[in-house]
Amino acid sequence: MGANHDDHHHAPAHHGRALRLGVGGPVGSGKTALVAALCRTLGGSLRLGVVTNDIYTTEDADFLRRAGVLDQERILAVETGCCPHTAIRDDIAANLDAVETLEDRFGPLDLVIVESGGDNLTATFSRGLADRQIFVLDVSGGDKVPRKGGPGVTSADLLVINKIDLAPLVDADLDVMARDAAAVRGDRPVLFTSIRQDPSASAVAAWVSEQALSWPHEPVSAA
Amino acid sequence: MAVNPALLLLTDSRLPAGGHAHSGGTEQAIATGTVHDLASLAAFLRGRLHTSGHVAAALAAAACALGEESSRTGACAQPWPEALGASRAEALGTSPTRSEALGALWILLDAEADARTASPAQRAASRTQGRLLLRVARRLWPSPTLDDLTAGPDLRCPGALDDLALAVPNPHHPIALGAAAHAAGASPEDAALAAAYHAITGPATAAVRLLGLDPVAVHGLLADLTPDLATTASDATPYSRPWAELPARSAPALDLLAERHAGAKVRLFVS
Repeated sequence: MGANHDDHHHAPAHHGRALRLGVGGPVGSGKTALVAALCRTLGGSLRLGVVTNDIYTTEDADFLRRAGVLDQERILAVETGCCPHTAIRDDIAANLDAVETLEDRFGPLDLVIVESGGDNLTATFSRGLADRQIFVLDVSGGDKVPRKGGPGVTSADLLVINKIDLAPLVDADLDVMARDAAAVRGDRPVLFTSIRQDPSASAVAAWVSEQALSWPHEPVSAA
Repeated sequence: MAVNPALLLLTDSRLPAGGHAHSGGTEQAIATGTVHDLASLAAFLRGRLHTSGHVAAALAAAACALGEESSRTGACAQPWPEALGASRAEALGTSPTRSEALGALWILLDAEADARTASPAQRAASRTQGRLLLRVARRLWPSPTLDDLTAGPDLRCPGALDDLALAVPNPHHPIALGAAAHAAGASPEDAALAAAYHAITGPATAAVRLLGLDPVAVHGLLADLTPDLATTASDATPYSRPWAELPARSAPALDLLAERHAGAKVRLFVS
């Protein structure tokens, strides 16, 4: 067993493949808008691929293709059979297959983003699929959500709280959200954004870029 | 017959090989109104088992038997013409190596599955599931030889899963299932039973999700079909080469549902 087992065929070592970034969160929190923003901001400096997990259709993939943020062929849609969380956690086969298809076709890549279908607070990515994960909440879901916790909120490498421009309209207290998030997340970062006001999602993009560039693989400049 | 524990793993819906996202035509059968309640689901499942399920069971058994045959052969690098019929051996030249001969056989068996799958959408779904299962199975049951380089030359042959992957990277699902069953230590009849079971459990679960049927009632339908599972598995095991004799029961409605599903705008399941 040992080394052979871990490095068997389709489970490549970390070196030599792209960083895999999971983006999860409830329906409507802005996952697809964030992925589009990341593609727009990082597409010039990183070699990208995107896998979407739409619940019903290829709507998210179509949105990204229409947005023109990435070559259409670099966006793959995976159906999840009514269970978006299964496809990112319990049975990641179809998503891994899509990620590897992108790497085979367009590789070497620096970053492959896997966007989960909208789900509930228990959704979290398997470490077998995502090396890093972002959980996206929005303020209109209520400022109590970070306090409720759940694996997405507590364990994601980055928690993004989106639509802060709506906070006054929905009586959401950002300080409460920041404090509650810190209480369950310890030192792990939280970023407040409004992708509507900042279409480049600059702070999140900077975090993602740092993760991708520190990922032990062939550096971008060598391409 | 004692239950092979590996068979439980292979048939468990929690096996992380992508099966959860396939409904085997159930989603379209529901969309078209064909399946709308317990009784219509029962008929659908029974029909599925005795048509495509029966064929899948026979193919899986044949694949498992080919895996067994490959494990019994001698040194890997030696010519191995006797494993092939004379005509196949001629096609490959006078003395094919073991890997050439086995590769040709896996390709041939996979082609038999192709010939029995009329719908292009169904072929694609079967090959996707086969590829994912093959990938999972190679990690679960890696060739022992990879970890034991001190083995003698006779034991350094690739396992059946590696032979299959080299010859057919995207095999049909029943072929991958049969090879996986062999790698896990199961028999051809076990493989057939797993394929038959797979033919109805995924579709039944899809109906629970899509129609909101009582899950216990749906499992009752599956329990009613268990005698049919047993007969399907035992009927599926007598076939050996020439594989042209393998059953070719068709289900035109399933073919049409698969094609319709592939073109559907709204789709929760891959197939």
